[in-house]
Amino acid sequence: MHDRQEIALTVNGEAVNRTIGVRQHLVDFLRGELGLLGSHLGCEHGVCGACSVRVNGRVVRGCLMLAVQADGADVLTIEGLSETGEIADLQEAFVAGNALQCGFCTPGMLLTSAELLAGGQPLTRAEIREYLSGNYCRCTGYQAIIDAVETVLAQRVGG
Amino acid sequence: MLSKPFSRSVWAVEMADTMSETIVIRAPIGDSVERSKARRLANGRGRYTDDLCLPRMVYAAFVRSPYAHARIVSIDASAAARAPGAVRVFTGPEIAAIVEPWTGEAAHLPNLRSPPQYPMAVERALWQGEPVALVVATSRALAEDAALLVEVLWEELPAVTDPLAALEPDSPLVHPELGNNLAFSHQVGRGDIGSGFAEADHVCEQTLYFGRHTGVTLEPRGLIADYDPTLDTLTVHHSHQAPFQMQMVFARHLGIPEQNVRVILPDIGGGFGLKLHVYNDEVAVVAASKLLGRPVKYIADRVESLLTDIHARDHRVTAKIAIAADGKITGLSVDDICVIGGYSNTIRLSTGEGMLVLMFSGAPYDIANYQATLKVPFQNKNIIAMYRGVGQPIAVTVTEHMVDLAARAAGIDPVEMRRRNYLTDDQFPTTGPGGVHLEYLSLNTCLDTVVERMHYPALRTEQNTYRASGVYRGIGLATMVEVTAVGPVYYGPAEVGVSTIDGCTVKLEQSGKVRVITSITDQGQGTEVGIAQIVAAGLGVPFADVSVVSGDTAVTPYGGGAYASRGIAIGGEAAYDAARTVRDNALSLAAAILQADPRSLDIEDAQIRDADTGTIRMSLAELSKIGYTRQDTLPLDVQPELSATRSFNPKVPAFVANGIQASHVEVDTDTGFVTLLDHWVVADGGRLINPALVDGQIRGGVVQGLGAALFEHIVYDENGQMQTATLADYMVPMACEMPDIDVVHIETLHKDNKLGTKGAGEAGTIGAASAVLNAVNDALAPLGAEPIASLPITPEIVLQALGKVS
Repeated sequence: MHDRQEIALTVNGEAVNRTIGVRQHLVDFLRGELGLLGSHLGCEHGVCGACSVRVNGRVVRGCLMLAVQADGADVLTIEGLSETGEIADLQEAFVAGNALQCGFCTPGMLLTSAELLAGGQPLTRAEIREYLSGNYCRCTGYQAIIDAVETVLAQRVGG
Repeated sequence: MLSKPFSRSVWAVEMADTMSETIVIRAPIGDSVERSKARRLANGRGRYTDDLCLPRMVYAAFVRSPYAHARIVSIDASAAARAPGAVRVFTGPEIAAIVEPWTGEAAHLPNLRSPPQYPMAVERALWQGEPVALVVATSRALAEDAALLVEVLWEELPAVTDPLAALEPDSPLVHPELGNNLAFSHQVGRGDIGSGFAEADHVCEQTLYFGRHTGVTLEPRGLIADYDPTLDTLTVHHSHQAPFQMQMVFARHLGIPEQNVRVILPDIGGGFGLKLHVYNDEVAVVAASKLLGRPVKYIADRVESLLTDIHARDHRVTAKIAIAADGKITGLSVDDICVIGGYSNTIRLSTGEGMLVLMFSGAPYDIANYQATLKVPFQNKNIIAMYRGVGQPIAVTVTEHMVDLAARAAGIDPVEMRRRNYLTDDQFPTTGPGGVHLEYLSLNTCLDTVVERMHYPALRTEQNTYRASGVYRGIGLATMVEVTAVGPVYYGPAEVGVSTIDGCTVKLEQSGKVRVITSITDQGQGTEVGIAQIVAAGLGVPFADVSVVSGDTAVTPYGGGAYASRGIAIGGEAAYDAARTVRDNALSLAAAILQADPRSLDIEDAQIRDADTGTIRMSLAELSKIGYTRQDTLPLDVQPELSATRSFNPKVPAFVANGIQASHVEVDTDTGFVTLLDHWVVADGGRLINPALVDGQIRGGVVQGLGAALFEHIVYDENGQMQTATLADYMVPMACEMPDIDVVHIETLHKDNKLGTKGAGEAGTIGAASAVLNAVNDALAPLGAEPIASLPITPEIVLQALGKVS
């Protein structure tokens, strides 16, 4: 076992090769090595969800995954997701509905919300609340976030 | 294009008497304008303190006391200093050598005692988590590695951790030199409490317990201190609420000329009061930067946050209420033991929690006989200071719990009980039982509104139906009276350097667009948007023409920043006055150019118009261009002044706001779990500048109060060891646990400022837990349970009340 290891992965559609410390977690790597500052560290023990990123299509806790575990993976952060336009409607709904205040939880909240909405199923407010419960927000009281997700769901499902 | 040539004489005369006193309330005031900054944050483009990187920057990690109370026998930092990446290791004495110590005392409270504090423990550590050594290295990870190599030899001392035992004569002492553990005591009252109780038909007594909380901003505390020894300048990028306070602190305690100290706020990930304070570790980081002559970054991790971010609440209150047969309250007594930590917090003090309990208990009610006492013992625990609501959630909970107990004893419905005892409209202005000036409280309007919103009679009927089938639902009310936007009488006499003034500069750019520079700071509330709305309305320009700068002590006018729900109520006034001044100046210039009487002109939609007809005479863009670049076309005595700075200083002690909350819960009598079904808020924060943003403040505040009601609790064991130092242990509310919250606003305009605004940032937190406590007790009442009188209401406490566990 070596202290440093080379990894090759795709981040926001771009090929990335780095030799990194094996103990570095994924979000420290994304923030420190790649300058992707939209993923935040709120607790570093997997509770708050501010570090959520998409790895191989699933939202994961970026603070509980080592960067070396992302070798070969396809990683998407809020920066990449914003550029693809995939969640433009969700971001618009968050802004229009004041579903963020300090914004620290917002990138993670958007990634988890996007994953929920990708299911394409009708959802009750209780189901939305349940799905987003791994992402803490200390500012909004959640209601505006649930409203925003519900709005986008209606737009996408209801047409 | 100029409509008319100007004349020198018109200009010279009109300049003097165009000051307008008319208060203009128009769009976008009152509109739910969206926050443009939110779009940036929602695209991952926020820039918080930890996102910043400076040349030659190094990283700090702390060695902290593992004990609640211990003497430092020795520190061996030699191995740490040799660790990979280590730059320097500082111990307490090395930092103390260049920092003037501070105290948590106040000039106006001679019996508040708190010894001098240094950034890091010098001889003894007084709480678990107090910093004892600071390691600086080339990365945070390497700094943490090296910190593990610092060897501290400790002699553990007996910890003072029980509020009552701390006041016993044989207690170990937090500060032996003080002779006992009493940091502060106080009492207030009026009337004759003895006769108030003697003449009563019912007397109810209760001791209420309030757990310790903390704010849990999702972005932890952090700063980058950047000292330049060549010029003796210090720039601090700081996740904070009050940059001018910190500028003063860094200048004063590190001996740097204040004009050389600049505090800049990047995006801030929540404040809630906890980022209002002076923190030992943060001052140590600034000292380290001064000693090293290079930038030092420190970001607290979550364990450090829970151990050292200021704590709040932690009261035990014995209250007694007396009522006559008709339900009228004849007396209320409140005895609060509110513990603090090892010290009183410097500048903001640790007395607010308890003092506001004394001042605001019983405030909505007509109570002739009132007595309240406060004892504040030191503990070997983290420092208590100001978190959203400051003591007022306790005052509301105590008052409304006692009112419900009395109502139950007299067989009176809780709504009716409040109607019979509220201060009535004809009694205002008056003084509350705790001595607070109450200009006006819309108590009955708020009560009537919440009763209507919650369909109170129907809800009671439904409750009875459910009870018959063994489902226990409860309804609880909590009347709120709160101090907002405090004036100089609160902090001035303390001589602690807190500014209660705020300032604003409004500046026309050459294009006629508007730049606003405010001393108010924004941790996510959206205050900047409200300020922009006020300026747009006051000046007469579209909202989109206004941009706002804040959070830089080298740039903005002087001011207090964000605390006590003051951003709009104080900062908004300064913005309005500055906007109106620029408007008047612009119209004076326009009048000179147009050869018109400035009083015949107005600005609307960024056009100079005839006030009578609305006919456009020239654009603000044309005017600005002439004012800034074509002075050659103006007479020699014309001095265009198209920017203005104004400050607002509240003349009254505070803008007192009020409201009511109601909670509807279901209690599972087998498991003790409480489900929050519905929650209603009626808030009277004066005029609404941006209703959507105020709704956000209310709902966010309510959820912090609901956390206090059911989940949030900092627990120390008897040795002062924290049992809740992760977010898995200190539970903040999750989306699935929270109800939708119905919010209605009453807009009673405040008479002591032009816009009629009051504060709205803390109301949600102040009333929420009280409403839930009353609702849970209402649910359990038919089961013969002893009323629950402690927060948070855990399942264990519910089952104890039901006699199902001991």
